[in-house]
Amino acid sequence: MPQYFPPNTNAFVRWALLGGGAFTVALIVALPIYARTMNNAVGVPVEQPIAFAHNLHATQLGIDCRYCHTSVEVAASANVPASETCMTCHSQVRVGSPQLAALWTSWEADAPLEWNRVHDLPEYAYFNHSAHITNGVGCSTCHGRVDQMEGIWKNEPLTMGWCMECHRAPERFVRPRSEVFNMAYQPPSDQLTLGRELVAAYHIDTEKLISCSTCHR
Amino acid sequence: MAVTTGTQLVKETTRVLAPGQTAGGIDDSVNTPVLSGKTPMWWWIGFGISAALLGLYLVSVVNLVTTGTGIFGNNMPVAWAMPIINFVWWIGIGHAGTLISAALLLFRQPWRTSINRFAEAMTIFAVVCAGLYPILHLGRPWVFYWLLPYPNTFGMFPQFRSPLAWDLFAISAYATVSLVFWYVGLIPDLATLRDSARSRFQKLLYGALSLGWTGSARAWGRYMRAYLLLAALSFPLVLSVHSTIAMDFAVSQLPGWNNTIMPPYFVAGAVFAGFAMVLILAIPLRRAFHLRSVITMRHLDNAAKLLLGTGMIVVYGYGIELFMAWYSGVEFEVFMAYNRVFGADHGWAFWLLIMCNLVAIQPLWFRSVRQNPIALFVISIIVSIGMWLERYVIIVVSLTKDFLLSSWFNYVPTFWDWALFAGSFGLFGTLFFLFIRLLPSVATSEMKEMVHHDAHHGSDYYETIRGSYHGEGGRA
Repeated sequence: MPQYFPPNTNAFVRWALLGGGAFTVALIVALPIYARTMNNAVGVPVEQPIAFAHNLHATQLGIDCRYCHTSVEVAASANVPASETCMTCHSQVRVGSPQLAALWTSWEADAPLEWNRVHDLPEYAYFNHSAHITNGVGCSTCHGRVDQMEGIWKNEPLTMGWCMECHRAPERFVRPRSEVFNMAYQPPSDQLTLGRELVAAYHIDTEKLISCSTCHR
Repeated sequence: MAVTTGTQLVKETTRVLAPGQTAGGIDDSVNTPVLSGKTPMWWWIGFGISAALLGLYLVSVVNLVTTGTGIFGNNMPVAWAMPIINFVWWIGIGHAGTLISAALLLFRQPWRTSINRFAEAMTIFAVVCAGLYPILHLGRPWVFYWLLPYPNTFGMFPQFRSPLAWDLFAISAYATVSLVFWYVGLIPDLATLRDSARSRFQKLLYGALSLGWTGSARAWGRYMRAYLLLAALSFPLVLSVHSTIAMDFAVSQLPGWNNTIMPPYFVAGAVFAGFAMVLILAIPLRRAFHLRSVITMRHLDNAAKLLLGTGMIVVYGYGIELFMAWYSGVEFEVFMAYNRVFGADHGWAFWLLIMCNLVAIQPLWFRSVRQNPIALFVISIIVSIGMWLERYVIIVVSLTKDFLLSSWFNYVPTFWDWALFAGSFGLFGTLFFLFIRLLPSVATSEMKEMVHHDAHHGSDYYETIRGSYHGEGGRA
């Protein structure tokens, strides 16, 4: 029988099979580990055209979230304010400051400021801010203490698994409607009891919360 | 060698193996076209047409990925239109290969030997065409791995109570087992090709693919054991894969889908469609490669009988579906049956289906038709069209008019529906033409075993199952 391959071919094939198998297993193990530990850029500040300080505006100046994010209670999007909203104060305050250069440009050109998106959900997830606000989900539950942030970053991974933590057991996170905009709210020690009462009081349909079409239409 | 070329003309025979075959003759007739440096013109024409259609397939897929599933005609409530019809059609075709290679091996039907190799290849290529459809139909094909149970970040796992999740495992298991079975069967034949290879390309290709096969008694012993085990492993898949696909429909609550008869009737339909495709491929193949001495009238006759038998089971299924609709007394079921048969929009599809799958196969009761390759070829093509229409009737007609008048919708396929379907023929054809050019389309080692038996144990050995069948060469 003719020999077309050198004698060490068998060893090469054996090692290649072993290596290929090991590589496949390593890939299958490594990818979920990466997906679970990279944490979706949580805590990484996002660069913005203006170094807007939430802590200065919300805490030191005491401006309510809704002064800028006007549609949060009534619409799906909590809206990023138009330059006009900034100018309600900045036409008088810190006029000509180089830190606000992007704002002056936008105002003069009558073109919106291009902020960089921080919380970017996929298009197939139909998230609605007003539905959460009116059912007792506080701003800080998802966004963390934005009122203490110098820059802006995600406080939670926003993966579907993270959404499901609350959608499967809303009583663990729901707070009274009056406390929704209270950034310093601490859940009481009997959160589960209170949560169950609130879920009943707000008619939160826990069956619906875990149905696919609630978020994916 | 008694016979030196593969071009000898043999009279048509109804035996499993034409008389006067030798081991060398088998090798020559099967391997010469593979090893020959010259590629016949008909191959280039067939391959060229297939490659052009494959191009259309790729264009359709690119358009689908960049534009979205909106390029297809399906929309609520007809969410499962052409992509799923074509998926079920292709996967059905893919059933004959495993039935021939595994089930007939275990039932000791020696006539399988000369058609099993290309039928297995047909199975694998059909499963490739089929398997791509549900993925392309997903809307976001690039995240198809979400269907797999892996530690994802969704807080979700596949719904194992749903047949749609079983589908994935059924098809991927079927593809894997079919591929391994096919390849293991090929190894001794690849070694034969390696030993008679002339060009360097052939030496390296067949040398690498035959995995250092020595042909020693020990190697053969292990090989036979492995082959039998794989056959036993793949036999249940013949029944399970299409049953699972049938349950995708049967488990739903839609009139026209939720019938308990679906799994067995789908399996019969799959074998029916599969044998039609085996005949469509075998009839030109035995002519082009001069294989009339190994793929004989006996094979065509047996395949035609299976076609007739499974076809009548399928037709029984159509009858039972309509009977159950009436017998259930459920007005939605009755309406579905009425709409299927007499509906203004799609009634033609049902009657055409009956023409294809009931009327067109009736001539197969006659031996003269079963042994007429041209008639068989035409009937097989009609059956393939009929099996496509069957899925059209089940899927589209049931979906267009369901419980709510307000959600009724008439489905019309778009250009891209047809382009992707035509393109899938290109994918199948390209793979099949490459297969018949590069690999032996008949299992030569098994054929040589038959030749050996014929020579040493009496030429009636393989004829005993139906010894006096045609009065030729059988036991008196």
